[in-house]
Amino acid sequence: MSTTTIHEIEAPDSAAKALLAGQLAADQGHFQPMEDLVGEKMILNMGPSHPATHGVLRVVLEMDGEVISKATPDVGFLHRGDEKIAENMQYNQFVPYTDRLDYLAPLANNVAYALAVEKLMGWELPARGKAIRVLCCEIARISAHLLGLGAFAMDVGAMTVFLYTFTQREYIYNLCEQLTGARFTTSYTRVGGQIRDLPEGFVGALAKFCDQFLPALEEVDKLLTRNKIFLDRCKDVGIISREQAIAWGLSGPNLRGSGVDHDLRKAVPYLDYELYDFEVPVGEHGDSFDRYLVRMEEMRQSVHILRQVIKTLPDGPINVVDAKNRLPGKEKVLMKMEELIHHFILVTEGLDAPAGEVYFAAENPKGELGFYINSRGGGVPYRLKIRSPSFVNLSILPEILPGHLMSDVVAVLGSLDFVMGECDR
Amino acid sequence: MDFIALAISAVKIVGLVFLVIMPMVAYAVWAERRVSALIQDRVGPNRVGFQGLLQPVADGLKFILKEDFTPKNVRTGYYWLAPALTMVPALLTCAVLPFGSQLFGEPMVIANLNAGPLFIFAIASLSVYGIVLAGWASNSKYPFLGGVRSTSQMISYEISLGLSIIPVLMILGDLNLGRMVQDQSVNGWLMLPLWGDRFSLKGLLLLVPVVISFVVFTVSMFAETNRLPFDLPECETELVAGYHTEYSSMKFALFFLGEYAAMIIGSGLAVTLFFGGWSLPFGWLSWDGKADLPWWQGLIHMATFFGKVVVFILFFIWVRWSLPRFRFDQLMRLGLVFFFEIAVINIILTAGIMMLVK
Repeated sequence: MSTTTIHEIEAPDSAAKALLAGQLAADQGHFQPMEDLVGEKMILNMGPSHPATHGVLRVVLEMDGEVISKATPDVGFLHRGDEKIAENMQYNQFVPYTDRLDYLAPLANNVAYALAVEKLMGWELPARGKAIRVLCCEIARISAHLLGLGAFAMDVGAMTVFLYTFTQREYIYNLCEQLTGARFTTSYTRVGGQIRDLPEGFVGALAKFCDQFLPALEEVDKLLTRNKIFLDRCKDVGIISREQAIAWGLSGPNLRGSGVDHDLRKAVPYLDYELYDFEVPVGEHGDSFDRYLVRMEEMRQSVHILRQVIKTLPDGPINVVDAKNRLPGKEKVLMKMEELIHHFILVTEGLDAPAGEVYFAAENPKGELGFYINSRGGGVPYRLKIRSPSFVNLSILPEILPGHLMSDVVAVLGSLDFVMGECDR
Repeated sequence: MDFIALAISAVKIVGLVFLVIMPMVAYAVWAERRVSALIQDRVGPNRVGFQGLLQPVADGLKFILKEDFTPKNVRTGYYWLAPALTMVPALLTCAVLPFGSQLFGEPMVIANLNAGPLFIFAIASLSVYGIVLAGWASNSKYPFLGGVRSTSQMISYEISLGLSIIPVLMILGDLNLGRMVQDQSVNGWLMLPLWGDRFSLKGLLLLVPVVISFVVFTVSMFAETNRLPFDLPECETELVAGYHTEYSSMKFALFFLGEYAAMIIGSGLAVTLFFGGWSLPFGWLSWDGKADLPWWQGLIHMATFFGKVVVFILFFIWVRWSLPRFRFDQLMRLGLVFFFEIAVINIILTAGIMMLVK
């Protein structure tokens, strides 16, 4: 009996209990004094509120001294039921919820979701609309990678880098504000287009940001990339082999860090990504340092893409023209009867989506963000499933953490660069 | 016992600890926040008083007014003892530091011991108990890990810390910190042998081991004071707050102040050993300890000492906000394999130079 009590204190909840289950079974419910007291393992509960778990990830660690022998991630603390919520609202109403998936790159989520629904509708945006969306995605990528990089650096102790990256993110938020009116929860896209065209002076501001961003990134690069302490902390830590990365379904920089050249922007080009010249950085060893390098390079490539978009930005309409399914302009609604009726129907019943199912995945900063939509027709999805990259990426933790030291956990978590809002959705 | 001597000693203790060290600790915290803000393109605390200069007062008030919470399952006695054990050694060590030359005929050191460095190491090594006890008595896993880490870290780095100053003792041939400074004042600082006897082939050759020993000493000092990149006992992102996770209010403040006090004393020791303590460079206003000094010269010497200490503290801060943190095993390897060996080889090198070069 006493065993049970001790273990209950040690592991009062299900996840930690599961870890001890094997041991308990061996004890068969009877108290047996530990023969080898030196070998006693400690259960360390990391999170859900812990400085290194970036939100509410919980990892139950079984430690042998400072060495981890077992790691069990426990997710779901930020579960809001987004997928269920989606079943009860029209397609366009769900856009603000996508802001809150990967809340470090809301623009990219908006775009990915809009593209998924547009795939269902069979729409293709005009060239300018696509270019604007590319701008959104790449701005979001820089913003998300900056935070991932800063948080990673902070986890291994380099606090200053974190604040340098935040200075840059501040500029990005200013751009977002200019573009969408909101700094954080952008909700910029609608099914079939954007809510508004690029504001006046936005392109100039963006070009200016690009010009000052690269030197700032170099500064961070100088602080970290050849820093002996940083190298010691990241090299050969959290190695994910090519095969493992594929087997565990990783995506994004984590997959590419392991040497798999797979980027949806190249593999399944959407938004005319094939028009832009950019490289997909690929790692070699699959350790934390490679993932860090991949992110650094991706930011540079994003700037490269942004500059191309700025240069080749086409004129013309930004939205799909489909009177039955796109809200008409306000000036028409107020002046013409047909448009007024369309407006009324669209707002009350939503767009008229065909029945069927689609899956669309976009290369988001964290990896492959996929939306699976099962439609039975009408303005509301029957089922909407979000394939969130953070969730899948985190699943590899039990595989790579054992054998590492306690301090490596933060380096691995930082380099996996996850967002719990997206993971728990 | 001479009553007047006792009174003077008491004045010196109270004056140094409460008028100099404690305000310096408080303003080291302020400087840390302002300088880190400067490094990170931020502003830092600048609201309380001119340029935030009253911030330490506000911080202190806040600490005093916070609830002093003792968690349920702690070992109360040790839990209460631990903060004191961190603070006391840090303050005790300042007893032998010569913080000035002479003022009104009184030597500006609390205890003019003939074994200054030994006293400092003996007392400073006690400070590990505060951290270990805090980690252990808290009855919590993160503080426990922090405590365990700090035990091995501080004990290992004490070895290289002790070995690193042996070349200095060999060159100066004295264990009295006051006389060590007087020697450097007349004959040139160990790290700047550009005047006096040390401005010679031997003195310049000896600069090599002195620089090595200074580097080892400084790094070990960082480790001893648990400052980044060696702040593993508390390392924020892994162990939440390490050994003082469970502490609040003034008890937490004592840990905090103890860390800064240790940093100031460490800076003072480095200044005394390598940069001529209170002496000015190039033999200006030098003093060999024989004649009485005018009071203004004594004040200048004191100001010089604390000026040098401030520079060192700024260096501490600069390093802290520039570097990432070591991992525990890397830190131990660095301390026990790398610095230990360097320190030993350095002793032999010093001896060789002193033997061969006349």
